[in-house]
Amino acid sequence: MDALINQFSYGLFFWQLIILLIVIFILGKFAWKPIINALEEREKGISDALASAEKAKLEMARLTNENEQLLKEAREERDVILKEAKELKDKIVAEAKESAQTEGAKLIENAKREIEDQKLKALAEVKNQVSALSLDIARKVLTKEFEDQNKQEALVADLLKDVKLN
Amino acid sequence: MVNLKRALLFLTVILFAANPFTSVAAEEAHGDGPKSQAEEINAHIKHHLEDDHYFTLYKQGEEYVGFPLPVILIDNGLKVFSSGKFKENDGLTEVDGQFYKYYHGKIYKTDAAGTITYDAEHHPTNAKPLDFSITKNVTGLMLAALLLFLGFISLAKTYKKGSNNLPKGIGRVLEPLVLYVRDEMAVPNIGHRYKEFMPYLLSVFFLIFLLNLLGLTPIGFNVTGNISVTLCLALFTFLITNFKANKDYWKHIFWMPGVPVPFKFVLAPIEVLGMFTKPFSLMLRLFANITAGHSVVMGLIAIVYLFQQQLTVGGSIGVSMLLTLILFFLELLVAFLQAFIFTMLSSLFIGMAVEEHAHH
Repeated sequence: MDALINQFSYGLFFWQLIILLIVIFILGKFAWKPIINALEEREKGISDALASAEKAKLEMARLTNENEQLLKEAREERDVILKEAKELKDKIVAEAKESAQTEGAKLIENAKREIEDQKLKALAEVKNQVSALSLDIARKVLTKEFEDQNKQEALVADLLKDVKLN
Repeated sequence: MVNLKRALLFLTVILFAANPFTSVAAEEAHGDGPKSQAEEINAHIKHHLEDDHYFTLYKQGEEYVGFPLPVILIDNGLKVFSSGKFKENDGLTEVDGQFYKYYHGKIYKTDAAGTITYDAEHHPTNAKPLDFSITKNVTGLMLAALLLFLGFISLAKTYKKGSNNLPKGIGRVLEPLVLYVRDEMAVPNIGHRYKEFMPYLLSVFFLIFLLNLLGLTPIGFNVTGNISVTLCLALFTFLITNFKANKDYWKHIFWMPGVPVPFKFVLAPIEVLGMFTKPFSLMLRLFANITAGHSVVMGLIAIVYLFQQQLTVGGSIGVSMLLTLILFFLELLVAFLQAFIFTMLSSLFIGMAVEEHAHH
């Protein structure tokens, strides 16, 4: 302790006091304040950047989610539209088929009726012609047959032979 | 984790606080006749540890070689002269008709013959002028302050281009240290009011650290190993702690809440004593650690001379270099550690003084 007191020098103490005050003052003004502020600013910048990155990530996720949702909805809508179109097509085709069938059937019916008509007409004509021809032939045959008197008698006799008078 | 760190910290504080400064007591032989080699080395170490009016670089024979520093005395007016004048006439010089004698690192007023009178304990009884000389330690302080200005003002300049402009060169080392002081010492101990104490804590940390490191260079400053310097530093912490203290702090000292009344009377003097022992321990710890480090390093270097006969020249140099190297690394650690502990404890004391006790 004695050595310590002996070592103490107020001159050195004085200079240390002055220099320490100068160091604190000058560095405080020109170094510590700007350094601490800059470090704080940088830290704030970093944490802000991190926060905004996190926000952007969330936003991104939300957008992706939304996109997916939209895509899904679009797909569903497409499916619905396709289905509807298919149904419509089927209906149209079926209707067309049906109407074609009825139309066809009608045509066939008409044709049949026409054919029948024509047939009847033709038959009637044939019948008329046949009857006329038959009459003509019969007349011609009769005329020819009865030119000879003998033959007429023979025939009558023959016919009479067959008739049995009962 | 935090508790473990705390425990380790306190352990180191205690370990280094208890570091005995044995070699300080190395007494210089006053007797006449040829000194032994050991005595001479002791004297040399002691000479190195003390402040000096002459910037000694090395010793040649009986002569200390270096350059003189200005002596500033206040004694019937300001007297400024070179300390080289003391060299000329066995430490005796005359300035404006007044004789001054340089004796064991101090300046005494004497008569023309340079007579020194002693008391019973062999201490000089001559009058001493007020001595504000730029001594070796003051030079060291100025150098350190200058280096701090250069380093940190250049670091501050890098941020002028925006806080995202990262420092280059020495700033790369300094910036993490600044952050270290802020995040490991100031913020955990002081809390949200840390900012107003940052200039002091940073200045003290870097000043002590740099002075400790300068002390390890062969120039051989022993600034932080000088009691005047550490006293001044500790006084600053003491003043800041007590002037910035809030009501709770004083209440805890004079009227400890939460204990029975008789104990309050017992605790008050203890707490008042504590106000002074805290900075006192700061002062002694730094002084003792640095002084001890310097003494041991110099002692180990002295092995080269002391053990030449036992170990041969090469052997003694080898042993000395090996031991010195190991200790030098330890001293590098101590240089940082003591700056850390001083700043850490300062912020702890400040933190205790400005702490707000919401629970009372």
